[in-house]
Amino acid sequence: MFAEILVAALLVISGVFALVGSYGLIKLPDLMTRLHAPTKASTLGVGGALIASMLHAIVWRNEVSWHELLITLFLFLTAPITANFIAKAHMADKLKSGDLPPTGTDRDWATLDLSEEPVQPVMTPPGQPGRPS
Amino acid sequence: MLRKFLPHPGLSALLILTWLLLVNDFKWGSLVFAAILSVAIPLLTAPYWPDRPMVKNWLAAAEFMLIVIYDIVKSNITVALIVLFKPKSQIQPLWVTVPLDLRTPEAITVLAGTITMTPGTVTADMSADGRALLVHCLDATDADAIRDDIKSRYETRLMRIFE
Repeated sequence: MFAEILVAALLVISGVFALVGSYGLIKLPDLMTRLHAPTKASTLGVGGALIASMLHAIVWRNEVSWHELLITLFLFLTAPITANFIAKAHMADKLKSGDLPPTGTDRDWATLDLSEEPVQPVMTPPGQPGRPS
Repeated sequence: MLRKFLPHPGLSALLILTWLLLVNDFKWGSLVFAAILSVAIPLLTAPYWPDRPMVKNWLAAAEFMLIVIYDIVKSNITVALIVLFKPKSQIQPLWVTVPLDLRTPEAITVLAGTITMTPGTVTADMSADGRALLVHCLDATDADAIRDDIKSRYETRLMRIFE
């Protein structure tokens, strides 16, 4: 009984957050602010549903289900990267250096920097093409 | 020799664990397949990821994860309240420059991801010399307070974990 109430409450909470995240897409004025609604509000939306699902598996089927943990992990890995790529695409398309605060360093923001110098810190060495040795 | 076949031991262990969790049930056959994957994938991706991520302090890493999970829950509620109750005309977006003390690519990536997942902020870009992050705030007026908050709450902890 207690577990039923808990699962139901989690599902309702997650539904509310998912709804608010979608409503944010309509309400907020421009792309950069719209980016905030789905990256944040939906994290808890999905998270609540996943915890409810794990709890349901433990209580009613007497087994531990691990898929939910993986979904959480993949979500946390992909959400910031997606947001970052959308923001960078928006910067490259619509914004100029004047619209943004100064970097406070010698070079401009990476998306707007058109010089031939490589972006630091360098992660991938130039290397040889072809099969890895 | 071992270094050649297992360029990323941590990644290999994570791949085995991920595969077993995907199967959702322990079978010896899936363990063998997980072992094959855990050797093949790091070998194929090694040219793109020459260094190893250096986690020097696992206790600090665990503390950091707990803090981030707490902040994610808090940020969900904050953003939901802004979306629901704040009139459109009163929402004030703001760009903030956060100078970086972190130098390793892995640490900067974790910091950028953390900023995106936490209260009202999204990481948009990094300066081309890797010494500053561009952060967008949903609703804020004080850029300095946000910068100091990010630096003291997340960056000092990441310094202890990675550097």
